[in-house]
Amino acid sequence: MNAASLQSFFAMGGYAVYVWPAYGVFFIVLLIDWLAPQFRRRRVLRELRARMARQGARKERTPPSPLRGEGRGEGLHLP
Amino acid sequence: MANWIPLWLHKLSSPPAFYRFAGVLRPWAIALALVLGFVALYGGLVLAPSDYQQGDDYRIIFIHVPCAWMSLFIYGVMGIAAFIALVWRIKLAEVVAMASAPIGAAFTFITLVTGSLWGVRMWGTWWTWDARLTSELVLLFLYLGVIALYHSFEDRRQGARTAAFLALIGIVNVPIVHFSVNWWNTLHQGSTIKLLGPSTIAPSMVWPLLTMMIATKLYYVASLCGRVRTDLLAWESGKDWVRQIAEKEVRG
Repeated sequence: MNAASLQSFFAMGGYAVYVWPAYGVFFIVLLIDWLAPQFRRRRVLRELRARMARQGARKERTPPSPLRGEGRGEGLHLP
Repeated sequence: MANWIPLWLHKLSSPPAFYRFAGVLRPWAIALALVLGFVALYGGLVLAPSDYQQGDDYRIIFIHVPCAWMSLFIYGVMGIAAFIALVWRIKLAEVVAMASAPIGAAFTFITLVTGSLWGVRMWGTWWTWDARLTSELVLLFLYLGVIALYHSFEDRRQGARTAAFLALIGIVNVPIVHFSVNWWNTLHQGSTIKLLGPSTIAPSMVWPLLTMMIATKLYYVASLCGRVRTDLLAWESGKDWVRQIAEKEVRG
């Protein structure tokens, strides 16, 4: 493909301003559709890990004891 | 009759099993979609000749028509999934129906925008309240309505079931979109590719169109897999199998 035929390819017979934006919309919309769930997936897993870390920390802070709750951070808090 | 097929389907419909299955299917579907998509684009933009009436403007057809087919096809899948969700209360069907809505909305949006870009020179207008255009716009609003209804509930499953009901009612619009060019006198042209009878379009233009149709179908499969996987993690985030995935991904 030489330079002239490449130029005529991009010119689209004078319809370049309609053809290329159409293809642009096609690719951009599908790219957004592709990426959106992947970002959401990362967020879901990050939030879940944060929740698991909180639950884990709570268990470590409050070992089972008759004065306290069942390791849930409830019950009596001693200094 | 062999009962391994229903048994297999039953096993597959359990969230962790489908999560793994979709994880295997997704990369293959997207790879094949990209390859076929680029072959179709090369065929449509480079190899196919200009149209004798529309010049090169008609080349919008290679995305406009496959996306329009997808906008209806995905609505059909969403409707079937919604029906299964409402009748048998299968969680996976609810997830599939809700995950299909944004993909369908994306294809409907592309159809409307590319149609508008095509129409402006061929019809002399960006938009007209023609039967085909109006029913396609209604289709977009149905998709958006399903998405909005789903997200307006605190409880995901309740939201999904309510939205599934709307999706099921909205299915009456699908034949209206399809047959609008036959039922009404429209500005939009009729079908040039026919399942019954000969198509009225040159073979050099048909094969890129059909290749792009397969590519968009495969893209839908891949995108659906990604969305269903994410939704299953969110819906089942308290379950052990999701916790294991969360732990594994922080190490890996």
